[in-house]
Amino acid sequence: MSTESIEQPIKQKSEPLFGKKNRKLLSNPLDADNPVTVQILGICSALAVTVQMKPALFMAVGVTIIVGLSSFIISLMRNLIPNRVRIIVQLMVAATLVVIIDQLFKAYAYDISKQLSVYISLILTNCILLGRIEAFAMGNKPWPSLLDGIGNGAGYGAILMITAVFRELLGSGSLFGYKLLGSSYIGNGVMILPAGACFVIGLVVWMQRARNGYREE
Amino acid sequence: MQSIISIFVKSVFVDNMIFAYFLGMCTFIAISKEVKAAFSLGVAVIVALTVTVPLNWIFYHYFLAEGALAWTGIEALATIDLSFLGLLTYISIIAAFIQLLEMIVEKYYPSLYNTLGIFLPLLAVNCAILAGSLFMVGRPYNLAEATAYGAGSGVGWFLAITSLAALREKIKYSNVPAPLRGVGITFILIGLMAFGYLSFIGFTI
Repeated sequence: MSTESIEQPIKQKSEPLFGKKNRKLLSNPLDADNPVTVQILGICSALAVTVQMKPALFMAVGVTIIVGLSSFIISLMRNLIPNRVRIIVQLMVAATLVVIIDQLFKAYAYDISKQLSVYISLILTNCILLGRIEAFAMGNKPWPSLLDGIGNGAGYGAILMITAVFRELLGSGSLFGYKLLGSSYIGNGVMILPAGACFVIGLVVWMQRARNGYREE
Repeated sequence: MQSIISIFVKSVFVDNMIFAYFLGMCTFIAISKEVKAAFSLGVAVIVALTVTVPLNWIFYHYFLAEGALAWTGIEALATIDLSFLGLLTYISIIAAFIQLLEMIVEKYYPSLYNTLGIFLPLLAVNCAILAGSLFMVGRPYNLAEATAYGAGSGVGWFLAITSLAALREKIKYSNVPAPLRGVGITFILIGLMAFGYLSFIGFTI
């Protein structure tokens, strides 16, 4: 016990900005601890915005920024928030960031913002956002919280992009709007429907678990 | 009256929150392992949507929309458009209502609280509840229609989670490849169920 309490401050002082532990915070959510396929968070938008690559990319960037910054801000305030009203405080901080991103997309990428419609606003109730704030930012320092938020946003973005590649390529024969499969290719209608996204994500989960050897009871 | 029934039926089947918009999926997948828990959560979602959608309708049409503040009689306020504050308002109303609901249920219906207890706080961060209000604002509903829409969306969500839970209870007896078990096969089940709901497209009363 006593050795631990002595070691703790020394260890934290010597932890560099991109030390091994902090690098892990960034890289873990990309695969072994992926928010979508392992923690099963943030599914709604992963299914809804992945018909094409471009909106999916914007969504991924938006979520990464919002999760990273709100984790950072909540972590700065974590000792001031009363426990009973913490959900409302967390929602208010996150909602402000979501509104800013929403207005930015409306101003500089209007077409994309139209395509994403309510799903930008729904980042607010994206479980990744509150999940990371509750599980990590409330108990950790600002810098690791920021990295954890960005890592989880990126992990979410990676699954979004994988799903969108399959759906856009098979559904409309293009990537980022550029035709790849020629006009003789007849798009697979299932991939354009949200149901297609369920199948793709189901298969991605299958592949990942087969590779990692993870299984569920 | 007819428009109310038609909005209700449409939001249950055609615009189903789960199978048409895929909203509230995190809780949908996490709590659908057993029919009993799924049933309780479904009921809680119906209550939350039926109350918060009309509440937010009132706030939007009397405070936030362009020209909504005209009833105050102050000329400077008559042209103000506060709709950019929508998201913040809806989420505070939803979070406050859920908190209130939890306290009321805890005090007066302890047995119901024991079944619903852990699900009630979850509702504040359920996308389906917030989306109900966001979709409502985008459509030209009056108060009665908004209530019907909220209730219908809730019932649709309830049907979806109860039927998925029943399917998942049955699939325990099937020989699913090991890495696909659990979440993987659940996604594929949801995809197949969504096909079923597609057949309601174009269905009107």
